[in-house]
Amino acid sequence: MAQQVSAKEPTAAQIAEQKIYQQFGVSDSEYELICSFMGRQPNYTEIGVFSVMWSEHCAYKNSKPLLRRFPTSGPRVLMGPGEGAGIVDIGDNQAVVFKIESHNHPSAVEPYQGAATGVGGIIRDIFSMGARPVALLNSLRFGKLESDRVKYLFEHVVAGIAGYGNCIGIPTVAGEVMFDNSYDGNPLVNAMCVGLIDHDKIQRGVAKGVGNPVFYVGPPTGRDGIHGATFASVELSEESEAKKTAVQVGDPFMEKLVMESTLELIDSGIVLGIQDMGAAGLTCSSAEMASKAGNGLELYLDQVPQREEGMTPYEMMLSESQERMLFVVEPKDEAQAMEIFERWGVICAKVGKVTDDGRLKLFHHGEVVGDMPVKALVDECPVYNKPSSVPAYYEANADVDTLRYEEVKDLGGALKQVLASPTVASKAWVYNQYDYMVRTSTAVRPGSDAAVVTIQGTRKGLAMTTDCNGRYVYLDPEVGGRIAVSEAARNIVCSGAEPLAITDNLNFGSPEKSDIFWQMERAVDGMAEACRVLDTPVIGGNVSLYNENASGAIYPTPVVGMVGLVHDTDHITTQGFKQEGDVIFLLGDTKAELGGSEFQYVVHGATEGRPPALDLDTEKKLLSSVLGAIQQGLVQSAHDLSEGGLAVALAESCISGSLGAQVHVETGLRPDVALFSESQSRILLSASRDKAEQLKAYIEGQGVPVAEIGIVEGDSLVVDINGASAVNESVGGLKQVWEDAIPCLMK
Amino acid sequence: MKFAVLVFPGSNCDIDCYKAVEETLGEPVDYVWHTATDLSAYDCILVPGGFSYGDYLRCGAISRFAPVMSEVAKAAEQGKYILGICNGFQILTEAGLLPGALLRNTSMKFRCHDTVLKVANNRTPFTTDFSENEEIVIPIAHGEGNYYCDEETLARLQENNQIVFTYSSNPNGSVLDIAGICNERGNVVGMMPHPERAVNSLLGSEDGKRMFTSILKAWRDTHGAASVR
Repeated sequence: MAQQVSAKEPTAAQIAEQKIYQQFGVSDSEYELICSFMGRQPNYTEIGVFSVMWSEHCAYKNSKPLLRRFPTSGPRVLMGPGEGAGIVDIGDNQAVVFKIESHNHPSAVEPYQGAATGVGGIIRDIFSMGARPVALLNSLRFGKLESDRVKYLFEHVVAGIAGYGNCIGIPTVAGEVMFDNSYDGNPLVNAMCVGLIDHDKIQRGVAKGVGNPVFYVGPPTGRDGIHGATFASVELSEESEAKKTAVQVGDPFMEKLVMESTLELIDSGIVLGIQDMGAAGLTCSSAEMASKAGNGLELYLDQVPQREEGMTPYEMMLSESQERMLFVVEPKDEAQAMEIFERWGVICAKVGKVTDDGRLKLFHHGEVVGDMPVKALVDECPVYNKPSSVPAYYEANADVDTLRYEEVKDLGGALKQVLASPTVASKAWVYNQYDYMVRTSTAVRPGSDAAVVTIQGTRKGLAMTTDCNGRYVYLDPEVGGRIAVSEAARNIVCSGAEPLAITDNLNFGSPEKSDIFWQMERAVDGMAEACRVLDTPVIGGNVSLYNENASGAIYPTPVVGMVGLVHDTDHITTQGFKQEGDVIFLLGDTKAELGGSEFQYVVHGATEGRPPALDLDTEKKLLSSVLGAIQQGLVQSAHDLSEGGLAVALAESCISGSLGAQVHVETGLRPDVALFSESQSRILLSASRDKAEQLKAYIEGQGVPVAEIGIVEGDSLVVDINGASAVNESVGGLKQVWEDAIPCLMK
Repeated sequence: MKFAVLVFPGSNCDIDCYKAVEETLGEPVDYVWHTATDLSAYDCILVPGGFSYGDYLRCGAISRFAPVMSEVAKAAEQGKYILGICNGFQILTEAGLLPGALLRNTSMKFRCHDTVLKVANNRTPFTTDFSENEEIVIPIAHGEGNYYCDEETLARLQENNQIVFTYSSNPNGSVLDIAGICNERGNVVGMMPHPERAVNSLLGSEDGKRMFTSILKAWRDTHGAASVR
């Protein structure tokens, strides 16, 4: 075996002696393990390939034991975690395909391209399954929207998402954006894509059939994004700016062509296996495809289309140039495949062959430049059970009395203050930059509880949302994890859909720290429990660790992306009040729960105490009764109570419907607590007068607490509590505060 | 009546235009590839929105050189109906079939939302089903929709009644709030808002339907009762 490599590259012996592997995030013990699998010291290309395959990003070495705790199957699940994306049956031979993925670190150093390529990557995950992408969502976190740096990151991340999604022509229909100091310097950029597929078109990433040719599709490989997966698996530091070369550059126009041509190829029925080149590019796609088929693969690197001259095997294998795919067909179908890509003007090259020896063999300039066991690359990365310990802050928070601040008397002023908080304020500044209408199927646009996209040729629709309140998860990871799943389900139900399944994006700090690992464990347990009770299995997801900055870890932020099925478009429901005279109901119990609330953060400048409690059986009952009421046609509007509690939910329903409300609250709580508590499992419904009684009786019959609290009327939000006036604000005035907040800060 | 929806690499509203014709009119409609060299079978040509050639160089600047564009020019010459929407409008101006140019929005940002349009000219084949000065709701989704032309051209547009739609609230800085214009003959219309996205009340508005019904009516008026429908 030839060990001759580029003059600049260290030799296998130098790699061992100088411990060069450490620069790639490979530990001493991992290096020894690699040597034993190889039966020799790996050369520069080989150690590069191993290091990305064994990175957290590809191997989940720190999170695998936790991920096993998730329920991943169910009667509707056609494909769980492991492939590009999970798939759920929605009847009529159709299925929905979806997945969420992070691009946090790239976005921290190069926000536009980082966010854009995050979108591009998740779209490829969906169409590589054979599905037609129909919607995009995102979940974003930034520091406090005050410093120039945060504003710059926010502006360019949004522009990057818009630039990619708009150009490729997939509507960005929903998302969430939150701002908190905790994310200063380490923003979170999670992108989700939803696609539709017929059952018989489902593809897998397998290199089937020994002797079959392996094809490369997409633009030539350049030197961009080298070691992107490794970069994603370490903490950001001042040196990160210098790692901009680890950030890829996106070309949505090219991806549009690759997507259309790939879907046409899949439609032709000749594809045996296909996978996109995402993290770790050619390395990961080739190794995983070979592994899943139990085969080997030979790659002829001279045949790989190259954008730059003199690229080394190392560079080609580790490049994360965007918009590339790998697929396998039988030799007899080669010409047909080539013809499709030629017509679309997309490069397609035969770069390899499926073998039976279980090795990933790399050829360059007529020599073998890499020869590695596939199984070792894909399956043998050691899995670590990190130590976990209860953080001191968690213990200390047990004794914090969230009512220790003086009662806020100016409740109208407090409402405006919370409405003006960028986390709560209107996100029109964001989503008006996204084309959320292309493909003409967006029935519920961004801004309501969940977006709804109709399914052409049927009366069905898909509801979708992303949710997570990192403050709750920080204060109590288990409860916070439960809330993230439950809130997503509540949003889905409020839009008139039945929750189907989730995809999750686990954004955490460094797992090397025992208190962070504790957060991970507890959050996963909380989510898993909620998924079990609410019948929403986890069908795929992504883990993003090492999200830290100079002042420590971000709030643990396990983002939930949920999709639900609207059985009939008549069920579609939005949050805005619909008509004067409609009766307003509050479902669920309000308790004194201000821990981690927006009110606590905005008005008192604190994030402390325990978060609101959540009982999953209560939640489940609430969800099924509200969905039942909607399906029976009893509901005019539905809105989940979340950040800002009852006060904000009422204001949003008024603003969205351009209608006022007269509300009377009877409570034993302090008025500011009653209005701003973020107690869980609560939903605001309105019903027309002639159906109000029926609705109330139905909800009560389901064992869910329900109170008639007012009527839709006039053009002001008027709330009195136990007979005393609490809030009296014109809806126009509230709307202005809510709409102007982000544009003013971004001027 | 037969419709063509052109497909350039990067077109992404082609499916929406196709669906709008199919669902609103039920008339035959084909996707026609950018390399096509014969449009003689078609009575109306829709140039859809999207990012043809990635908007590289300048929106529409590369598409105008596609082989199909000389056929579009020929069809315009023959008096066939040609409707360019969004990127389609940009392509028609680049091809010289409509005057003026579309510049970057003054906000420097892509903007997507409903807009209220005023029908400034309801005597084109595309607008007869609207009343004059009627206000309709049609969404926009563009980053370069700021219509610009020199004063001489503008005077001519006004004089010839070539301004077809104006915005009630200008979203992009267009001169005279222009949202859509036609050529002198009135058979070529370009507009930034998307009528094909406004053909279903479930999705927000049905006001765009009448553009399609207007086209069919105009064609029937000039071709007798040729259609069986």
